[in-house]
Amino acid sequence: MSPHLRSLFAALVLCAGAALPATAQPETRAIEARTKDELVIGITQFPATFHPNIESMLAKTYVLDMATRPFTAFDPHWKLVCMLCEKLPTLENGLATREGEHGVALTYTIRADAKWADGTPVTTEDVLFTVDAGRHPLSGVSNSELYRRILKVEVRDKKTFVLHMDRLTFDYNAINDLRLVPAHIERPRFELPAEYRNRTAYDQDTTNPGLYNGPFRIAEVVQGSHIVLERNPYWDGQAPAFKRVVVKTIENTAALEANLLSGGVDMVAGELGLPLDQSLAFEKRVGKDWNIIFKPGLVYEHIDLNLGSPILADKRVRQALLFAIDREAINRQLFGGRQPVARTSVNPLDGVHADDVPTYRFDPARAAQLLDEAGWKMSGSVRRNAEGAPLSLELSTTAGSRSRELVSQVLQAQWRKAGIEVRLRVEPPRVFFGDTVTRRKFPHMALFAWYSAPESVPRTTLHSTMIPSEANNWSGQNYPGYVNPRMDQLIDAIEVELDRPKRVALWHELQQLYADELPALPLFFRSDAFILPKALKGVTPTGHQDPSTLWIETWRWQPDSDPVPAPTEKSPSKEKKVPAKKGKP
Amino acid sequence: MIRHVTSRGLQSLAVLAVMSFVVYGLMGLMPGDPIDLMIASDPHLSATDALRLKALYGLDRPWTERYLAWLLQVLQGELGYSRLYARPVLDALLPALGNTALLMLTALALALTVAVPVGIVASLRPGSVFDHAVNLVAFASVSLPTFWLGLMLIVVFAVSLGWLPASGIEDVGGDGGLAERLRHMALPVATLALAGMGQYVRHMRAAMIGEAHHDYVRTARAKGCSPARIVLRHQFRNALIPVTTILALELGGLFSGALITETVFAWPGMGRLIFEAVMGNDFNLALSGLLLATAMTLLGSILADLAYAALDRRVSYR
Repeated sequence: MSPHLRSLFAALVLCAGAALPATAQPETRAIEARTKDELVIGITQFPATFHPNIESMLAKTYVLDMATRPFTAFDPHWKLVCMLCEKLPTLENGLATREGEHGVALTYTIRADAKWADGTPVTTEDVLFTVDAGRHPLSGVSNSELYRRILKVEVRDKKTFVLHMDRLTFDYNAINDLRLVPAHIERPRFELPAEYRNRTAYDQDTTNPGLYNGPFRIAEVVQGSHIVLERNPYWDGQAPAFKRVVVKTIENTAALEANLLSGGVDMVAGELGLPLDQSLAFEKRVGKDWNIIFKPGLVYEHIDLNLGSPILADKRVRQALLFAIDREAINRQLFGGRQPVARTSVNPLDGVHADDVPTYRFDPARAAQLLDEAGWKMSGSVRRNAEGAPLSLELSTTAGSRSRELVSQVLQAQWRKAGIEVRLRVEPPRVFFGDTVTRRKFPHMALFAWYSAPESVPRTTLHSTMIPSEANNWSGQNYPGYVNPRMDQLIDAIEVELDRPKRVALWHELQQLYADELPALPLFFRSDAFILPKALKGVTPTGHQDPSTLWIETWRWQPDSDPVPAPTEKSPSKEKKVPAKKGKP
Repeated sequence: MIRHVTSRGLQSLAVLAVMSFVVYGLMGLMPGDPIDLMIASDPHLSATDALRLKALYGLDRPWTERYLAWLLQVLQGELGYSRLYARPVLDALLPALGNTALLMLTALALALTVAVPVGIVASLRPGSVFDHAVNLVAFASVSLPTFWLGLMLIVVFAVSLGWLPASGIEDVGGDGGLAERLRHMALPVATLALAGMGQYVRHMRAAMIGEAHHDYVRTARAKGCSPARIVLRHQFRNALIPVTTILALELGGLFSGALITETVFAWPGMGRLIFEAVMGNDFNLALSGLLLATAMTLLGSILADLAYAALDRRVSYR
């Protein structure tokens, strides 16, 4: 080696050696400098838009629930509560009145202290604008169901308005989807409705404080990286304990875990965090240092059966399929017993859940008997019908979900023992959800999950008018093609039954029918793992579609050694305002 | 020379036009669209909503029709709006492009700074202990999956030692200064540099060994040139030609990003942006990103031609 090259190598080695310890100090300082005033949350998805009503996306809801308030929401105990309104209208308190044959008029009053973070009061002007935009076909609002049902908005004064709805349903006073947008900022941008989704201030001027009416406002956005929220100085509810909340997006869950361990994030959100198997492994390794909450929720993992298949059209075969698999064992072995086995699509945490429906505990003998009765006799290792055709089915599912792929492999093995040959087909979510399932191209079985809400009527998934076909442009989510007039009657009746005991009885019959007919094979209710530092108190996982951040003002940093401070009822009015940073695109 | 460059430029434009058609067609032919996915994840989205949204985003028209509309728009200098990011395409593209260029160029510079001298030294004594060691490390570098390497670096330097941040481009609430940026760049740059170093070492070594057997090297030795002069002034210059070809082809990669590394280190660059745009049917954004990467590869190829002429006087273009 020449002297020059030797010198070059020596210089490089010295530089590398010197650089690492030198760089260590600022990071350590940064972590130490992070006081209890700031909380850094790690999630796996970045919101595509910040507009409350354009595109439905969990990451967006998770962030916006700290900065905006819906009119009504389900609380952590699954009870409907007012968030932005003073009182829930009911027929009993006279704020809800029947109109015509089917309609209802609902009177809401906006909270007197509700203000946008620029100091502008939240008024009925905002309600009128939000409904106008929501009903406009070109506004880009994704779920327009609520706006279609509103026949008229009648304004009483600056704070009180009446919604005239087309139908009186049991959940008539739940207007969770009504998320106000500020008229004083958004109306000028709505002059060209077709351009609104590109011009909305939520995406063009995201850090404008006037867009937010919750305890926090978005103060900085670094696209694809993180979102910074700071206190809303005009929030008059319970003051949040943290001055700043940072939501960091780290898509790779292994990297997210490493960030948690290295102090890059303080906690991992259960709603958009580590998968259950990774969380269980994390708990085993370092669980004692963290507060890990496993919360079963409304995500219903199940197998849709294509009832158009001659094999699966026979109810006995469907029941045998469920008797032949040991879901309890799968739950124990793969999920540490954290995912409750489902009996139907109704979650055990739901008030209308029925406890006495058939459970289909693992019973290979019963499965064999049912298959024999259905004409599928054991021939060698596989069951065959009278024509000699093997009992062979295809199970499709999504690629990329490790736990789902594992479950499908275990199911395949268990069914093989019952003489049922199952071929696995794994597809990218884009193909699976965009084509295979939505166009009912799966020949026999499709394993996936439904997201739901408390007491959500399964009209789109079980009503016979909701079977996707070319004729109805593939609309509806009744992918099994399930048709049962009694089920249709029950769904229609539940929707309009106001008397709770009667409605619970209808729900009971619906679940009995579901469990008997098995249009889908119930598997589990998915659990979310919330990984929290021990000092963080007040985080209450909900298990439903409203994430825990909707109650961010109750979160507190409270090391066990510290005395418990009394919660502050009002925001400090003289709090120093931090100037909003310009959002980076 | 000018004629050659003009001709290559025109060819590149034709390639870009074909590429845009092929990419648009492939994306258009992918099963499902974002609205289908939205329906599948939200049972409460009605058929009316789905039809309305498809019409709004133009997804109800054949892809060829949409392609022609897009082409017309681009020819007028308008790249349009990104559907995924709800902002003009350039506003979504430029920050990611800057982040990626910074990451990739630094990693390339670091990889070359180490690989070129190591490759040269290894070529001086083929079969020596040092050469074997370099080959071993180079093979390991080529073979190691970047996601694994990245995670290992995070575990060691961020989790165990706590020296460096595990992800992101800057500290939240930090000053955004050079030192902060460098600390955040350290691990992703090291991952990319370590992963890329192996191939440059091997190419440099092979090219240098190949040049060592040429007559001009023997002549130089016979004339009494010092070994260092032969290696650095004669062999090295000629050995740069194949390495230049590889570097030229890397130019596109510099601007299309490194999806896996960017994902592991939560680095908001072009790799993640293009991937999300393609999967989310954001035609405007995906096309702009992919065509930019293609254009850079083609530009790299033209620059390589010019570099050949500069390195080897026997090469000339007419």
